[in-house]
Amino acid sequence: MDNTLLKQKVLEIESTAEVTEEKQYLTVNVQPTKLHALAKALKESKDTHFDYLFCLSGVDYGDSMGIVYHLESTDLKHEIVLKTKTTDRENPAFDTVCDIWSTAEFHEREVFDFFGIKFNNHPDLRRIFLEQNWKGFPLRKDYVDEINIIER
Amino acid sequence: MAEELFIKDIEEKEYTINMGPQHPSTHGVLRLVLSLKGEIVEKVEPHCGYIHRGIEKMCEKLTYQQIIHLTDRLDYLSALINNEAVCLTVEKAMEVEVPERVKYIRTIMDELTRIASHQLWWCTFGMDMGGLTCFFYGLRDREKILDIFEETIGARLILSYYCPGGLMNDIHPNFQQRVKDFIKYFRKKLPEYDQLLTGNVIMQERTKGIGYISKEDCISFGVTGPSGRGSNFACDVRKTHPYGMYDKVNFKEALRTEGDTFARYSVRMDEMWESMNIIEQLIDNIPEGDYCAKMKPIIKLPEGEYFQRVEACRGDLGLYIISRGEKYPYRFKLRSPNFSNLSGLHTMAKGQKIADLVAIGASLDYVIPDIDR
Repeated sequence: MDNTLLKQKVLEIESTAEVTEEKQYLTVNVQPTKLHALAKALKESKDTHFDYLFCLSGVDYGDSMGIVYHLESTDLKHEIVLKTKTTDRENPAFDTVCDIWSTAEFHEREVFDFFGIKFNNHPDLRRIFLEQNWKGFPLRKDYVDEINIIER
Repeated sequence: MAEELFIKDIEEKEYTINMGPQHPSTHGVLRLVLSLKGEIVEKVEPHCGYIHRGIEKMCEKLTYQQIIHLTDRLDYLSALINNEAVCLTVEKAMEVEVPERVKYIRTIMDELTRIASHQLWWCTFGMDMGGLTCFFYGLRDREKILDIFEETIGARLILSYYCPGGLMNDIHPNFQQRVKDFIKYFRKKLPEYDQLLTGNVIMQERTKGIGYISKEDCISFGVTGPSGRGSNFACDVRKTHPYGMYDKVNFKEALRTEGDTFARYSVRMDEMWESMNIIEQLIDNIPEGDYCAKMKPIIKLPEGEYFQRVEACRGDLGLYIISRGEKYPYRFKLRSPNFSNLSGLHTMAKGQKIADLVAIGASLDYVIPDIDR
């Protein structure tokens, strides 16, 4: 399916989504509350069938926190990027997608570990790399690096 | 009586043991917490982070030329392929066309890396199954590739040979001849691997039908590379999103349908043959020309987002860069193949014996610094 058709399809499922054609991928900006339904529909619909989540990244945009989902369909060979963000830096929370793609379970734990973004309904949301009692979230831009791990 | 009760308890009640972080069969500092009933694995829970170095954070304060040297330290057995991910991203963003010569050399070097990595995997796979001889056979042949690297690059493991725009230096005059000699040599030696281990009855009994994962689970967990292809998941980035010379050479994507430990083993064995085929198609035709395109001394990626996928030795390596037009990346995210492959371990090992978990782990071929980054 080419980008024009994909764009139509996404807007059919979720009319509030903002769809833009970036240089590399078709990018969909969607509100956090609408994300889970859109992701589920994109995976389950036969024409889109995005079954492979090949990257899930947390991003600190400075004024907001966001998640970027890179999706691919292994049989239909098309790709799409879903983005969602929230301005709540104190308690950012999104719905988990690990019921849709199992790989998200580990990746969401990683995002929680480094950005402090919570995932509603995640089965086992703990830090995955750092110690459980680590203070702060290192990949945030406002993280204070007290013991000079990064700065020299 | 007391002893009988004790044995009954072990068979029926679930108990937890700790495997690692200092365990030889986890190939590094990976800790697995296992729930067992008797000998049967009920649950595998990986605990990562013992070698986490914060490479993603460090890269936010480094220039693109500097970042290359850190990517070697991810999956150190596919160091050059990791370098290539950064180089391709920068070249694509700066719209630099690299010389043909560079593409040829990079592809040859990538495939040499893949053979060397699979040789070491075969060594450790044999060793985990109790065959120490494998280790000597594999290292004997891997040494020859490392010698080729040493002659051209000056390093053997942490190579850092690619730079944005091309290569750090040209190949050594002996390079082509030595690679051809190696291929000739290794075509004779690879059947020895089959004679020693593949046909071994004990090895087959311990791997066939063990550690099954379905194609659907592979896609869902993002299990890629040879581990995914063992379950018939056609995920080879060299085929799906070609880079370098991969769209111009003929090679087969090694696929198996069984999805067990033996299938993952066979895929890697086939890949070594295919890598040799790729090198043979290119080695005589390296065009003359520059080994590096002209690049500005300070690289500033135009504002935007870039994603590059390459086929590392263990799967689909993704690199996601958000640039705000500065000389440092704003966000540098690595989608490491081992991290996703590890998430499928529980599905493969559930219901198997604890000794088989060691073989399943060996067939996944995880490199811990790539999981922890």
